[in-house]
Amino acid sequence: MSESAVTRKAAAGTAPRTYWTRKRREQLAGWLFIAPEVIGMLVIAVFPLLFSLVLSLTEWNLVGGLSAIHFVGLDNFIELFKDNRFLLALKNNVLFTIGTVPVTMVLGVVLSALIHKKLYAKTFFKVAFFVPYICSTVAIAAVWQALYHPSKGPVNQILMQLGLSDPPRWLVDTSFSLIAIMIIYVWQLLGYQIIIFLAGMTNIPEELYEAATIDGASGIGQFRRITLPLLGPTTFFLAITSTISSFKIFDMIKFLTNGGPNYSSTVIVYQIYEEGFERFKMGYASAMSWVLFLIILLVTSITWITQNRKVHY
Amino acid sequence: MTMRKFKPGNLLFTILFALVSVFFLMPLVWMLSAASKTEKEVWTFPIQWIPNDWNIIANFKAVWMGDVAFGLFYMNSLKIALISTVATIVISAMAGYALGKLDFKGRTLIFTLMLAFMMIPEQATLVPRYIMIKELGLYDSHAALILMGMFSSYFTFLLRQFMVGIHNDMLEAAELDGAGFFRIFWSVVLPLSRPILATVGIIKFIWTWNDYQGPLIMLNSTRLYTIPLGMQFFKEEFGTQISVMMMASVAAILPLLVLFLLLQKQVIDGIAIGGVKG
Repeated sequence: MSESAVTRKAAAGTAPRTYWTRKRREQLAGWLFIAPEVIGMLVIAVFPLLFSLVLSLTEWNLVGGLSAIHFVGLDNFIELFKDNRFLLALKNNVLFTIGTVPVTMVLGVVLSALIHKKLYAKTFFKVAFFVPYICSTVAIAAVWQALYHPSKGPVNQILMQLGLSDPPRWLVDTSFSLIAIMIIYVWQLLGYQIIIFLAGMTNIPEELYEAATIDGASGIGQFRRITLPLLGPTTFFLAITSTISSFKIFDMIKFLTNGGPNYSSTVIVYQIYEEGFERFKMGYASAMSWVLFLIILLVTSITWITQNRKVHY
Repeated sequence: MTMRKFKPGNLLFTILFALVSVFFLMPLVWMLSAASKTEKEVWTFPIQWIPNDWNIIANFKAVWMGDVAFGLFYMNSLKIALISTVATIVISAMAGYALGKLDFKGRTLIFTLMLAFMMIPEQATLVPRYIMIKELGLYDSHAALILMGMFSSYFTFLLRQFMVGIHNDMLEAAELDGAGFFRIFWSVVLPLSRPILATVGIIKFIWTWNDYQGPLIMLNSTRLYTIPLGMQFFKEEFGTQISVMMMASVAAILPLLVLFLLLQKQVIDGIAIGGVKG
């Protein structure tokens, strides 16, 4: 590293010591250490984000080469909001968030409160619930695809056993494909929620519970009056991150349904993939990317603003 | 945690909960069971959890010695995950040290920008990154995936948070002994950060191993495929042979599962730190 060379030279007195003061050396070191990360972020995040803004104002089929770029202004964005597939993707994303985020959060907080307060072998339960989160989404999707088999799969066999003569055909059913994926998603994500909630609960001072016990508060009362309110910041964190990640869902959809049947399980990222990498409409796909980015920015800002007002640390 | 008094009620809860978690893990148990059966027995109902007709060896051969180069996909995944993990650790640790322990002009600005970068979703920049990789002539290469996976503002943030907590006395002592900033980083800061480095390393490795979207977009040649992409390929070739698909799923999951079970504390703590401080 050039930095250490500079240091050694300075120490040996061969470089003008008066120029390479400690302060100057620290400045240089700071910039050298941060440089790779900053350059990397500019190359893989900042530049692409701006580049995609420019692209979103153009019509460009990648196959035609750089000379085939046409500037079209806001046409892509206008077209987007007339495009039924995109509107369906947007609607599906919203339904997906509404159907998964509250469920995982409620289940997560209840299960982790039980694990935290009532159970022996906590580590075992943490690990057990976390296992699906570690597993490759694609491998898990392959398993669920078999479980969901319309006639022979265990899910429907059990439903038929329970007296449901005409169970849903899950992934191949237009009214159930999205729900089928939501179920897998909740199953995979629950462990993550439990880990974060448990971490939040460990930060709540034990004395509060002791005092409440002396005052005769029941377990459920303690959960409502102590655990839930003091978990405010954790809950907010999970609400933001879960909403954002539910808008990024892609792997399961690509592997299981390709957005189908009949676009019933399509989502924004899947549409970006289809327009950009299957139809090579780079401008149009970039316009979608920017809508996705703006939605995520909006979610983050709204939750930040409400958080500053409502939650007390 | 202080030990609480033994309560029979809690023991009952624990047993009840153990049943719940078994039910929760049922899909994975089904996968293991199906991977060791004949195709016919996979679909028998009620589910035959322990196979009558063991078929592990044939399924194993179909995955590993069949027409699909599963072993090659494995090596590709291992190569990409290892290189990206090491590179991320080095780059993020350097940045974390600079942001946490060095005083330089623009540090606050860069730190704020770093936090802002975390809000840029990878999925929103897929198209331009693909075009960049094409223009650089890196399309359909592992280098493309490694380059895209080396930088992480999230891990930089985690490492920075840890390194801020290292006492300055230790760094000053090293400086008095004549160590430069690079030397301090290498011989003082890195060894003291071992636990968080391990955590970052494992989490990054797991994420890269499981990544599907990156390879899907950046790779074309079958010989370069990683496991998740190979699974898709497998599905197209053997979609109807569920027992073989399940054996392939086991193969995709097992190494990470073993790694996770061995190092579960690092993984869980790492995820928890990200969540509580994030």
